[in-house]
Amino acid sequence: MGGAKGLLAQSALVVGLVLLAVWLTRNAGVNIEARGVATGFDFLGREAGFDISQKLVRYGPTDTYARVFLVGALNTILVAALGIATATVLGLAAGVMRVSRNYLGRLLATTYVEISRNTPLPVQILVWYNFALLAPPPRNAIGVDGLFFLTNRGVFLPQPTFNGAGGFAVAGMVIAVVAGFVLAAHFRKRRTETGESPNPSWGWAVALGGAALALLLTGNPTGVDVPHKEGFGFLGGFTMAPALLALWAALSFYTGGFIAELVRGGLRAVPVGQGEAARAVGLSEGQALRLVILPQAMRVIVPPLASQYLNLTKNSSLAVIIGYPDLVAVFAGTSLNQTGQAIETLALVMLFYLVCSLSVSAFMNWYNSRSAAWATPR
Amino acid sequence: MTADRAPPKVTALQWARSNLFGSIGDSILTIVAFVIFAWLVWVAFDWAILRATWFGESKEACTRGGACWAMITARWEQVVAGYYPQAQLWRVALAMVCLAVAVLPIVMRRLPAWAVLLAPAGVIAALALLSGARILPGVPTEYWGGIMLNVLVGLTGAIFALPIGVLLALGRRSELPVIKAFSIGFIELVRGVPLITLLFMSSVVLPLFLPSGMSLDKLMRALTVVTLFSSAYMAEVVRGGLQAVPKGQREAARALGFGGVRTTALVVLPQAIRISIPAIVNTFIGLFKDTSLLYVIALLEVTGVIRQALADFAWLGLENEGYVFVAVVFWIACFSMSRWSASLEKQSGARVKRPVEEPA
Repeated sequence: MGGAKGLLAQSALVVGLVLLAVWLTRNAGVNIEARGVATGFDFLGREAGFDISQKLVRYGPTDTYARVFLVGALNTILVAALGIATATVLGLAAGVMRVSRNYLGRLLATTYVEISRNTPLPVQILVWYNFALLAPPPRNAIGVDGLFFLTNRGVFLPQPTFNGAGGFAVAGMVIAVVAGFVLAAHFRKRRTETGESPNPSWGWAVALGGAALALLLTGNPTGVDVPHKEGFGFLGGFTMAPALLALWAALSFYTGGFIAELVRGGLRAVPVGQGEAARAVGLSEGQALRLVILPQAMRVIVPPLASQYLNLTKNSSLAVIIGYPDLVAVFAGTSLNQTGQAIETLALVMLFYLVCSLSVSAFMNWYNSRSAAWATPR
Repeated sequence: MTADRAPPKVTALQWARSNLFGSIGDSILTIVAFVIFAWLVWVAFDWAILRATWFGESKEACTRGGACWAMITARWEQVVAGYYPQAQLWRVALAMVCLAVAVLPIVMRRLPAWAVLLAPAGVIAALALLSGARILPGVPTEYWGGIMLNVLVGLTGAIFALPIGVLLALGRRSELPVIKAFSIGFIELVRGVPLITLLFMSSVVLPLFLPSGMSLDKLMRALTVVTLFSSAYMAEVVRGGLQAVPKGQREAARALGFGGVRTTALVVLPQAIRISIPAIVNTFIGLFKDTSLLYVIALLEVTGVIRQALADFAWLGLENEGYVFVAVVFWIACFSMSRWSASLEKQSGARVKRPVEEPA
């Protein structure tokens, strides 16, 4: 397009967008005034007045809407993190099985993939929720007293507790583990490059030792809060509500199918000769897969894998259909209904997801540029 | 590859040896997988077919211990078309025919260029038939529902999303900074948030932005949002197609004296869209599955109809039957479309470089 024409088209777009924005804002102003709804983000400081069943941080009805946002966001992150971990394991297993030499293994994996990918996630969530409610009632709970219980009101698990200098102990342990990881990576890199460096396992020794030291120095302020039977219910420990279990299972099952296809595609992208060569130099089939084929397949798998993780995080918003209190349910649901401030609450929720997806895009760009540097020119 | 060489003849025994009992580990896997598989198939077959009850007035009729499909058959009209008036059901059938005509330009090859117009024409005809368009007796959208609604929203969304997606994809590759920024902003914004937040927006925020006298029907609002949502995904699919068209095509067209617009419209785009059709079908599969979310904003698509039935005292506790039915309906549709898309991909041989993502 020529310069003048291009300028005209762009100005038209800008003018059109500005006019649209002005029109929409005016309409919204009139409508909001007519409904007598407050505007702005002052409501974040107000008391929310409702309780949330599943929470990772302390929260009560007297806390503010800002706290509700935090609780919801953490719940979204919790189910997303759990789902990502299990979906990856499931997807990797199914993906490897789909290219296995065993016909029945292939058939089983194919059946799984075709079912998980071709049925809607909301339906899968409802099915898993139905399963979760089939567990026995609390008085016939399956489990060991003082360890864990499985009931139709959820799974009750032991929970680590920290008191007194607990914050310092946790911080110390985190620092030790990170330092150990960095050290191990450094040793491994030195070893590949120069051949002379301590065993990378020393890094892990540093992590373990450091963590133990942190506990010792702070006087071991940690404990474990175990669930135990009390009347008709349970006391103590960490409760995973049936909704959380169902959502976790459904997200893993659904995304696992997509990941399996990525893994299969990645494995097929590795030339057959690589596997044959690995076997020829005496590696076992498992070693060949683990040490030769998968690392090469990872380059193809990781970028779309990142976007599957992102999809899983976005899909966790379907929590609302079974009442798991994720960000959308507590903020774009309950908080929106109570305050009536639809624009503000939805904008905050969308912002949260946008930040997640933009960080994943940033990671993918970084990874692509790094793996492009590895790749041999073709 | 070795496709041109005939494969050596394999006897059943040899096949079983290499595919089932290659090693001890393999043999164990074979036996375990076979037991699990046979057991699952048997349990499912026994429950869903052998001991199932197919007809009845309430769950009391289901005494054989298997699935109680009576719930589905008793509410068949709702499952298919929601609360659409019985006497007008022929309009639903005709509307489905219109939608089938609307997808012809995507499904069939070698149609004349004007056939593209069949797509919007078919969708508009279907909407007009269903609503009445002031000629037939009017049926408000609150009565629309069932599988018909899933198909309608999925296809309408996809068909209107495609041209918007093409414009966005061209915009994203444009050299004009404002248009490029707008396209990237729109695509990334929409792809960055879950559909459910956009649907909530359509039901609570969109009415706020309309002038006070004007109100848009709930279904129309949802359709608008679904269209805009899928256009962002279509844009990325078409962008992949545009990247796959060899540069020489554009250069050759320019050398023949085609202008910029004509080069894009007559040479590059047709090839790009042809290449992206399998990916477009995959995007549509995702979109079609997503229509099961509409019941969250109180539109009675098939999941909503089933959930309503489950809340009915006569059918209380039949969640398994209800959800299995919905899953099977979607599975048949999505699985066959995915096979078809895969065969298209194989035929064309050209593969879009970008991995295809389903909308989420």
